[in-house]
Amino acid sequence: MITTAGRESAVVEIPAAARVPAVASEAQLRTLLAGLSGVDAVGASARAAKLATRSLKRETKRQALDLAIAMVDLTTLEGADTPGHVAALCAKARQPDPADPSTPPVAAVCVYPDLVAVARERLAGSPVHVAAVATAFPSGRASRRVKLADVADACAAGADEIDMVIDRGAFLAGRLGQVFEEIVAVKEACGPAHLKVILETGELVTLDNVRRASWLAMLAGADFIKTSTGKVAVSATPPVALVMFEAVRDFAESTGQVVGVKLAGGIRHAKDALRYLVLASETAGSTWLDPHTMRFGASSLLNDLLVQRRTQRTGAYSRPENFSVE
Amino acid sequence: MSERLDVRKTYKLVIGGAFVRSESGRSEPVTAADGTFLANVARASRKDVRDAVRAARAAQPGWWGASAYNRGQVLYRWAEMAESRAGELADLLARGAGLAPAPARASVAAGIDRLVWHAGWTDKVTSVLGGANAVAGPYFNFSLPVPVGVVGVVAPCAGSLTGLVDALVAPLVTGNAVVAVVGERLGLAALVLGEMTATADLPAGLVNVLSGRREELGPILAAHEDVDGLDLTGADDPGPLAELASQSITRVLARVAGDEPADALRRLRAFVDTTTVWHTVGA
Repeated sequence: MITTAGRESAVVEIPAAARVPAVASEAQLRTLLAGLSGVDAVGASARAAKLATRSLKRETKRQALDLAIAMVDLTTLEGADTPGHVAALCAKARQPDPADPSTPPVAAVCVYPDLVAVARERLAGSPVHVAAVATAFPSGRASRRVKLADVADACAAGADEIDMVIDRGAFLAGRLGQVFEEIVAVKEACGPAHLKVILETGELVTLDNVRRASWLAMLAGADFIKTSTGKVAVSATPPVALVMFEAVRDFAESTGQVVGVKLAGGIRHAKDALRYLVLASETAGSTWLDPHTMRFGASSLLNDLLVQRRTQRTGAYSRPENFSVE
Repeated sequence: MSERLDVRKTYKLVIGGAFVRSESGRSEPVTAADGTFLANVARASRKDVRDAVRAARAAQPGWWGASAYNRGQVLYRWAEMAESRAGELADLLARGAGLAPAPARASVAAGIDRLVWHAGWTDKVTSVLGGANAVAGPYFNFSLPVPVGVVGVVAPCAGSLTGLVDALVAPLVTGNAVVAVVGERLGLAALVLGEMTATADLPAGLVNVLSGRREELGPILAAHEDVDGLDLTGADDPGPLAELASQSITRVLARVAGDEPADALRRLRAFVDTTTVWHTVGA
């Protein structure tokens, strides 16, 4: 869909027959991850910055704005959340712009596990999914028993998607097997629900770590890899997104499994979202330009997308007050 | 010893407290009244209008939230800054608008005096435009002028500095933020007035000055839904712009021809809404 300046999007050959290597031991996992090449951090930043200068115009921009809206995981993760607040968010998710019924609904509403039931009820009959953050979000500092109970709770309440956090302490200390086993256990507890694995890239420090953590999560069975919780200072950044899209592309090429990417935290403007779409298209290919394989975890982003969408359609700049806060 | 190279100034847009080249990268030369080259100025685009409106929207609540006294002090400080650069302004008027040196200096002095005049109005305008209403009940009832919000100004491109000062400053007196499209004979003077806001304690984004073509930027500013008021004094044909503005219920001041204090008062009245407050009379 997004081709710019006469270029074709990157095309990835996704083999049908290949499969995900089974990981039997921590030593084997360590060998697999050690086989990944290092990331050229300067090169990644330069490449991401270069792609950010690409500009989308007219019909392409209109399509990209609609696609970005359809990729939004409309999120509220505050201690002060109420059922009423979540209900309002669900209404907005189903019909983001009531003045224009051609606006697509968002992909999902993302809430804490105790509010899943409210969201489930309010979204009944709509294509919008219910996502829940679980496993002692956002720090992940709880025993595995508690984390699994958290997941089971959210699934029982009707969550279609689970956003889990990895144990960053264990990952940084090199206890990769522990991180891996935990993801496998959570995936099992999810049942049919989709699993998004939050790497919290702001705490992983280096892009090398981002690449390793991405592969670790994918090997363990993640349906999505996600940048951040949005609760630490550094969230999604273009270089991190670049490394993650490279990881899902390489994983798809070698195993045949297409894993999605969710960018979360700090994405507030439509322009940022469009830049990430260009980055995804140029890095991983048009396969990922779909709500099944790419998401934006955000709240205020949606209104900016709606403002820009209306501006594109009417020709006059719109105002934020035209859209409900939630 | 070689001859010293000229240090030539490129006049830039004032958006959000920063001095920026146009987002479009465009610039154009400005010529003096006699046709000789004066300077290169940035030529603003559609997206500069958008950025300026966004900056103005962000700055306006803080400005209106400050005390009226404080707003007067800040505007007076702007006059102080203008006074210390009066020679530069007079030079720009003399060359740009083709005035003789003495009338140019007189025009600058009058403009600065008008700025001081506006500074004095900030804490008085409420008493003049508002009032206590007699109501049938045990209540106090007050009508108070409140700013409309962001005011777009198609600024006068010729005439006196006083007229330009009126157009830029009057909306500020009543608590609004300004996005001004300036150009031609008064364009450089307007950009220099904009530069002074950085050293006059005006919040970043409160006054945004865009040099460019009125016929290009006017319709964009008029149609922008987040602009609450529109001063069309500098527009050649206000009719179509007013019609665009009506789509988003923007208050329009069609044209104020003169630059007498009475004309400035019309501008002060133009960009306020009235809010009414009821309060019970105490025992």
